[in-house]
Amino acid sequence: MFRYIVRRLLQMILTFFGATFIVYALVFANQDDPLQALAGERPITASVRQALTERYHLDEPFLKQYWYYMKGLLSGDFGTSLTGRKISDMMTQAWPVTIKLALIAMVIAATVAVTAGVISGIRRGSMFDNTTLVVTLVILSLPIVVLAPLAQLIFGIKLGWFPPTAGAHPDFHALLLPALVLGSLVIATELRVTRSSVAENLRSDYVRTARAKGLSRKRVIGVHVLRNSLIPVVTLIGVDIGGLMSGAIVTEGVFNIPGVGFNLFRGIRTEDGPLVVGFVSILVIVFLVVNLLVDLLYAALDPRIRYE
Amino acid sequence: MTDIQAQIDVLPGLDPRAPLLEVTDLHVEFRTQYGISRAVNGANFMLQPGETLAILGESGCGKSVTAQAIMGILDSPPGFITKGEVKYRGIDLLKLPENERRKVRANQIAMIFQDALSALNPVFTVGYQLSELFRMHKGMSRADAKRRSIELLDQVKIPAARARIGDYPHQFSGGMRQRVMIAMALALDPEVLIADEPTTALDVTVQAQIMGLLAELQQQRNMGLILITHDMGVVADVADRISVMYAGKVVEEAPVYDIYARPAHPYAKALLESIPRLDMKGQQLNVIKGLPPALTSIPQGCAFNPRCAYARDVCRQDPPPPAYIVAPGRTARCHFWREVVGDE
Amino acid sequence: MSDLEAVAAAAGPGGAPPTEARHADKRDKPRSLAGDAWIDLRRNKIFWIASILVVVIILMALFPTLFTSANPRDCALSRQHAPASGSAFFGYDFQGCDVYAKTIYGARASIEVGVLATLLSGVIGLLFGLGAGYFGGWTDAILSRFIDIVLGIPFLLAAIVLAKRLSADASSNGIVAVTVTLGVLGWTTAARIMRSSVISSKNQDYVAAARMLGAGPGRLMLRHILPNSIASFIVVLTILLGTNIASEATLSFLGIGLKGNAISWGIAIAEAGSYVRTAPGPLIWPSIFLAATVLAFIMLGDAVRDAFDPKLR
Repeated sequence: MFRYIVRRLLQMILTFFGATFIVYALVFANQDDPLQALAGERPITASVRQALTERYHLDEPFLKQYWYYMKGLLSGDFGTSLTGRKISDMMTQAWPVTIKLALIAMVIAATVAVTAGVISGIRRGSMFDNTTLVVTLVILSLPIVVLAPLAQLIFGIKLGWFPPTAGAHPDFHALLLPALVLGSLVIATELRVTRSSVAENLRSDYVRTARAKGLSRKRVIGVHVLRNSLIPVVTLIGVDIGGLMSGAIVTEGVFNIPGVGFNLFRGIRTEDGPLVVGFVSILVIVFLVVNLLVDLLYAALDPRIRYE
Repeated sequence: MTDIQAQIDVLPGLDPRAPLLEVTDLHVEFRTQYGISRAVNGANFMLQPGETLAILGESGCGKSVTAQAIMGILDSPPGFITKGEVKYRGIDLLKLPENERRKVRANQIAMIFQDALSALNPVFTVGYQLSELFRMHKGMSRADAKRRSIELLDQVKIPAARARIGDYPHQFSGGMRQRVMIAMALALDPEVLIADEPTTALDVTVQAQIMGLLAELQQQRNMGLILITHDMGVVADVADRISVMYAGKVVEEAPVYDIYARPAHPYAKALLESIPRLDMKGQQLNVIKGLPPALTSIPQGCAFNPRCAYARDVCRQDPPPPAYIVAPGRTARCHFWREVVGDE
Repeated sequence: MSDLEAVAAAAGPGGAPPTEARHADKRDKPRSLAGDAWIDLRRNKIFWIASILVVVIILMALFPTLFTSANPRDCALSRQHAPASGSAFFGYDFQGCDVYAKTIYGARASIEVGVLATLLSGVIGLLFGLGAGYFGGWTDAILSRFIDIVLGIPFLLAAIVLAKRLSADASSNGIVAVTVTLGVLGWTTAARIMRSSVISSKNQDYVAAARMLGAGPGRLMLRHILPNSIASFIVVLTILLGTNIASEATLSFLGIGLKGNAISWGIAIAEAGSYVRTAPGPLIWPSIFLAATVLAFIMLGDAVRDAFDPKLR
């Protein structure tokens, strides 16, 4: 277990530097005028140019620039947006609502996916299974840019079941529709992985043993199969977080939810380069940390890794 | 030994004087989209307390399926029992409702499997998997169940049982894992133990230890043991009677001494001749020509006829040979058994 | 958008019930894997639906005039949100453009970006996968770490930064920028699939035999390893094509994909979003076409994978 954690930590540190370096290099390397790129098409005043040059140390060599950028990230200084607000302040304001949204989405998705996935896995080839497979295929293929506006149109505007936009302080009800949209990004994958994992485990030798022990079907599936089948599903959470972050940009933009994704959405549309770089950097860090935690969770769930 | 009266209370209709286990004309088939695969086509045998019956045959001859059908753990679908009886002390298990059938497993009939590493659940401790039996079947508390589990591990001679109860299956060696399997099978004092290739996955020295342990425990408890194997060497040491299976049928059933001395079915004879023997050193080993038939297309008549040196026209026509009585307690499904027996 | 990693992780769909016994009867009739797969595919309805959809969409992209004679750029504010009339089956949008014509012409950008980006990803993935899988050791360690690093950045976030960076230079319609963005970021799954199938086929006896007969690495890869790894690789690329089209629409929707006078489903959806209360049509139609296109490619890849990999069912 100890060796596993150390190895994962080392891997994560490497990935962390690699990923932030790529993000930074993408923005600043090999550009004639990185400042103009940051600011998009709007004209830059001399004073803004001066401030940005200092901020990103653009008069220094590239590796040194990266060093300052990393130092900023690690000390919690993520810079200032073109509108003059501190990125860290905007982040503090935006986090709670995004986390709330993501949690609702994940809980709904996981509940539905695991329940339906287990049933599908047990009754492979049945009507339920085939329907689920087709439905997941469709959900899997629906781009978020289709899903979010259409859900808003149908359930928000036409049917009026949910508020079409969330507003400044959204409550649970206002977040439910966007959470469903967001959850649908991960639900299909989770369901399919649960299904194939349950199906595979049902065929395994230890299930035969459990039945030979005279255990009830409920116990064989609910305890022996489920415990094994959930291991790969839990590891999906890591990948899912990345999908949710991407999805949140569009979803929060469409539904006007003042979260992290909405800030990023607006930053992209208003060509606010420093805001985009700051937010993306933070999200990359969050993604990496969550993935590390998932790896540790994986070890906790699977004794074969724990005692490696 | 379990108290007979207590058993009668649980299983009404139980007859203490009936044979411990009696399998009559058992048929199992697998229905798949590629056709029907007839895995067992009339298996017959009988088992008495304290007796060891070996079921012998090549892989794919239906011996494991027979065992799973007796246990009632056949995957269904695709597996279906189409005909036959499995009587435990006079009660036809195939007619019991699933809920009662389930209680027979582990309580009256238990089973151990070939590969203990995959047969044990990898994410639960050995202690949990053992205690589960006591908790689910006897309603014991966790503490009591744990105490009983440690006793069991002691009985199957696992060193430092108390310390190892919290370990996971992959932390045990192959031989120790198989001991855990045995402990699990014997937890509720069953009267019948089915061992499906219990030593195939083990080293030769460990094999002997495990077989020795099984024999010892069987004697202590006066259990009936069904030993499924393809290893003729193991059989000679421990079995009382042998059933030889071919293409889903028991082709010969006989006491172990008789069959080794004078096999009555050409297949049994060929199997015996294919064992390397020290006294035949330097001679060509007799291997059985050809492959066993695909279970989706079993030949007409005697299933063995394409590979048989004795085969004549009658062997290629239905009906297949009946079970001829060679001697009391000894049968062979061969029209020419007299020739086979007297051949040597 | 639907993330490719997610699609690739979703192992084991399929229409048919479990078929453990299919291997049992192989004994009497030996068939090739491809032959088996084709027999399975021919019976698969999803495969046929997907194929027909793909053909129609490709026709739309190549010859839009087959479907409409209207000019999608012929817009007049006087027709703003006008209802369907004549050949404008879907009515007019905010700018007064023919929604039907715009939707038909939108296929071209999607297919163009999708196909080119997928080819780019394919080449990168092929080189990384073959290199890591064949040479193993340090090469594998370094290349695999690099793949991990690229995967360490959530796809859309990386795409946003890169697309922004690439499109900053050009005043073009952004097709090159989006294609390069998606191509450069989307190769990881393809590389991983290639790597693992190279590793497994490298250890096969026939490859060892060819090596002992003196075949060099280039010949080994081309003649012996590649043909056995290519099926799963193409499946991954087919699915990637679908997700690339979705990603193009997402980037265009966000305003960093195609732009200017480009005609794209993503742009159309973004523009229509603001007027959805008064005129939902301009939002609905491109959405349906986009979803159907993505679905078609993913279904196609899915069906082919199932046919080639029966044990996943």
